[in-house]
Amino acid sequence: MEHYNMNLTLKVWRQKSANFKGHFETFKVAGISSEMSFLEMFDVLNEQLVAEGKEPIAFDHDCREGICGMCSMYINGRAHGPWEQTTTCQLHMREYKDGDTIVVEPWRANSFPVIRDLVVDRSSFDRIIGAGGYISVNTGNAQDANALPIDKQKADESFAAATCIGCGACVAACPNTSAMLFVSAKVSHLALLPQGDPERNTRAVNMINQMDAEGFGSCTNIGACEAECPKGISLENIARLNREYIGAVFSGSGESKS
Amino acid sequence: MPLSSKIPSGPLESKWKDYKSTCKLVNPANKRQLEIIVVGTGLAGASAAASLGEMGYKVKAFCFQDSPRRAHSIAAQGGINAAKNYQNDGDSTYRLFYDTIKGGDYRAREGNVYRLAEVSANIIDQCVAQGVPFAREYGGLLSNRSFGGTQVQRTFYAAGQTGQQLLIGAYQGLERQVSLGNVEMYSRHEMLEVVKIDGKARGIIARNLVTGELERHFGHAVLLCTGGYGNVFYLSTNAMGSNVTAAWKAHKQGAYFGNPCFTQIHPTCIPVSGDHQSKLTLMSESLRNDGRIWVPKKQGDNRKPTDIPEEERDYYLERRYPAFGNLVPRDVASRAAKERCDAGYGVGSSKMAVYLDFQSAIMRYGKVEAHKQGHSGADNATIYKLGKDVVKEKYGNLFDMYAKITGENPYEVPMRIYPAVHYTMGGLWVDYELMTNVPNLYCLGEANFSDHGANRLGASALMQGLADGYFVIPYTLGNNLADDIRTKAIPTDHPAFVAAEKEVNDRITRMMNIKGKESVESFHKRLGKIMWDKCGMGRNAKGLTEAIAEIKALRKEFWSNVRIPGEIKEFNPELDKAGRVADFLELGELMCIDALNRNESCGGHFREESQTEDGEALRDDENYMYVAAWEYKGDSQYELHKESLDYEVVHPSARSYK
Amino acid sequence: MNWKDSFSTSIGKKLQMSLTGLFLITFLLVHCYINMQIFYNDGGTRFKEAAHFMGTNFVIRSVELGLFAFLILHIVQGLLLWAKNRSRRTVKYAVSAGNKTSPWYSRSMALLGTLILLFLILHLSKFWGPNRYSQTFGAGELDLYTMMRDEFQMTWVVVVYVLGCIALGWHLLHGFYSAFQTLGLGTNKYKGMIKAIGVGFSILVPIIFALMPVAFYMHWIQ
Repeated sequence: MEHYNMNLTLKVWRQKSANFKGHFETFKVAGISSEMSFLEMFDVLNEQLVAEGKEPIAFDHDCREGICGMCSMYINGRAHGPWEQTTTCQLHMREYKDGDTIVVEPWRANSFPVIRDLVVDRSSFDRIIGAGGYISVNTGNAQDANALPIDKQKADESFAAATCIGCGACVAACPNTSAMLFVSAKVSHLALLPQGDPERNTRAVNMINQMDAEGFGSCTNIGACEAECPKGISLENIARLNREYIGAVFSGSGESKS
Repeated sequence: MPLSSKIPSGPLESKWKDYKSTCKLVNPANKRQLEIIVVGTGLAGASAAASLGEMGYKVKAFCFQDSPRRAHSIAAQGGINAAKNYQNDGDSTYRLFYDTIKGGDYRAREGNVYRLAEVSANIIDQCVAQGVPFAREYGGLLSNRSFGGTQVQRTFYAAGQTGQQLLIGAYQGLERQVSLGNVEMYSRHEMLEVVKIDGKARGIIARNLVTGELERHFGHAVLLCTGGYGNVFYLSTNAMGSNVTAAWKAHKQGAYFGNPCFTQIHPTCIPVSGDHQSKLTLMSESLRNDGRIWVPKKQGDNRKPTDIPEEERDYYLERRYPAFGNLVPRDVASRAAKERCDAGYGVGSSKMAVYLDFQSAIMRYGKVEAHKQGHSGADNATIYKLGKDVVKEKYGNLFDMYAKITGENPYEVPMRIYPAVHYTMGGLWVDYELMTNVPNLYCLGEANFSDHGANRLGASALMQGLADGYFVIPYTLGNNLADDIRTKAIPTDHPAFVAAEKEVNDRITRMMNIKGKESVESFHKRLGKIMWDKCGMGRNAKGLTEAIAEIKALRKEFWSNVRIPGEIKEFNPELDKAGRVADFLELGELMCIDALNRNESCGGHFREESQTEDGEALRDDENYMYVAAWEYKGDSQYELHKESLDYEVVHPSARSYK
Repeated sequence: MNWKDSFSTSIGKKLQMSLTGLFLITFLLVHCYINMQIFYNDGGTRFKEAAHFMGTNFVIRSVELGLFAFLILHIVQGLLLWAKNRSRRTVKYAVSAGNKTSPWYSRSMALLGTLILLFLILHLSKFWGPNRYSQTFGAGELDLYTMMRDEFQMTWVVVVYVLGCIALGWHLLHGFYSAFQTLGLGTNKYKGMIKAIGVGFSILVPIIFALMPVAFYMHWIQ
């Protein structure tokens, strides 16, 4: 593919910490190669800022291959930018052309407070998993793996839900800051497997209670989460979570530990 | 101090069983009094923290990422090996053990590797019980595929996201223990020092990366599960944050570093596209099951790959290694690619790439599929379409990733690939119990040196991480802590903690006060270039000697000219990175010293002075059948301790995949 | 947790919206069917029969109480949810995704609902209110057909009615599917069907409603 260089204007959110008010700052970057990833473009900008004696922009990133879920930029109004099913780190600069202006914001949700600049605190997701997103099996003498055959289609669906990387784009994209897609992906992953069956009721109820306690908004079936999910997690999972929850509460067996 | 690997006596098959039945135990009431620090939450760390929490220990777990779920184990693609023999193809614990020893070019301990093979089957059972959605056949049973360096199908997988699924399994177990109060989780924390009291590891100094504050944490034992140090090369398939800092601090506190030069260069990565490159992306080894690697037969052939006819292609792996073909181990495949490119047959704009081609696999699968669906006389276009769907199901996410990064469609144009740094077999020296030579300091997973010798086979890293965390440490830790039950928790105002914290604080302050001109990133890049050029796929005495001098000079420059913006007591990623690069600048030198010392070629370590006439690696068992364990003796001073490797069962021979 | 407590959770509240919404959809269907009687153009004979039944039948009148309860619940809960959800993002985005990731009406349910509510106030004050008042205070049933014919001669009334029906259509376009999704029926198997029926319903029913004032205004029916 032909590559080219470009000059860009970046408007980036700067915020010293959760206790400070944030603001936009405008930067110019020159000679950006179309082969760079979006974050490599930020590397260039940060090197430039360090050279100028300014503070570089803080942003979360780690694996840079679209799987760790750490990167989290809201680019020109889109969680992870304009490419479908793509994390920020996998977005490449050939999307842009010379002279473009790009506005970059952090995930904005009260349940994801800003730590600095584009870095937010997503520990609420860990606590939701801790509330029930697991199968209670201690390390030790599990039975032979093939003693429990699982319908391939179910296993595949479970896998599809389990590919969630916990990046929080669903919350960032949702007008209500709802975390339902994230929660439903975990509930679906486990509910579709026979191993997850014994705890299905308490799991759905406890995870939803924790989700509410963390202050996420409620789902109004808008679907922006699905559109922005870098792993293509389907809204069908939210329908399943709703079923699981209704089943749990009305069967009377969804008594939570609290 | 002589190195004792503490391998139990007795026949190979019963060493671990005997150990488990005779090791000392800690009773439940005492476990509640014992505090364990786990640094790192990848497969090894998360599985260890979760298992120890379940057992009743008081665990504190640390990771530098914002959540334990993001550790770089998550990026492992291809799969995890286990000697289940579900495919009835003659697999067994012994064969997995043998393949691993041979794959590691006879530079690993028999006892450790046998144990690894032995517990491999339990790992799969454990993970399935946790709900890891492995790939399955239509009958509902688990599916397997083959990986490099083996002739059986023993690799379990979840599409191209096996590491993710396994890590999420361990992470869920960990979060369950966190919510039960058995594990305290410290994310966005980086360990910066091991605290030793009376010669034993009794805690750590960690920096809260959000506030920049230093914290003291006591533990009866400290487990380092901090992964590999491939980022010393700057460009690698590791995550941006992967670092050697924790292991290096332990090394400077007396823990020996084992075989630091053993680096795995993975043959199938997306090639470098320019100077801006920040990391390299792996294309799973599983692709070599179906992809064929080739270069044009003519040097400097600039035609499009699709225009080069079959007879003008050189499938060099199939040509050189007919028995294993495209499935030779990683070190062999990487060197072969480098050889072709160095000889002028490379492809792409940089000429530093070879093709990985799926056309024949697509047609082969297409025919099978057409037959299955009853189109016996299907035309090529139909066959191609059917085949493409099969390939998509198997490797879809990898193909998508390739397309996003390169802008090319790998279903139509062959992938361009080139070797890249991927894994480090070297690491902190540990004994059979995974304890370093510093008492109560353990090292698990990629961070330790054991099990893989000089080269790791594909799909074995996940196996080792989980084996260490789920199945080994719960026994070996208890065996040692049984003697520690009378040790009360040591308050963190103990002079050793105060001194360690001061040490860390001084170092950070010194670094911040340099206020030089060059960025941390720039130093890292320069170090990486030295390492890749002189301590990469091919190494020689001259280059290594030069590298040592260059790294020393670079280190000096770093400590006088690095520029770190911002403050200490705040969220400051540049400062975090500076600390890591400073440690890489010391480790790089040790790697070169080790590579210079080992004047033989074995596994991933290829000394150009030591090769056969047709360019194959030439091992020197007479002189180098040992683990090189380096002791830190002060700035640039390292003392070599040799742990000789005694093969009782396997007889080392020239490794051949021809 | 008791199942009753579940109504206070986020899913519980959505369930209330879903169930009341489905009840209102059912009501719309009945209301639409009754009013369609005017299209016989028989001077309102059939319509009056049906209206009389609906206005005097004991069961229907009881259900009417439930209808109002559900309507109020739907309105109050919907507005509360809207306010709560809005408050969860104190700092707004400078650039929004707009319609690239979701249709505008799915994000504007509270606005559309409020418009419908305003329309409803007008509508009830014109027909239902006077009728029930008259019934309750002895003057007996009013001639709704004639009232309609008279009211719908005023241009502004017809315009407001048509606008109300348009708001209703958009509201239903999201609401119909959303109600089923909340009940967990939005599976890949049924989602297409639910969406298709939803689209049909949201177009057809409001058009039929809108045709009534228009038909009187244009003197298509006498």
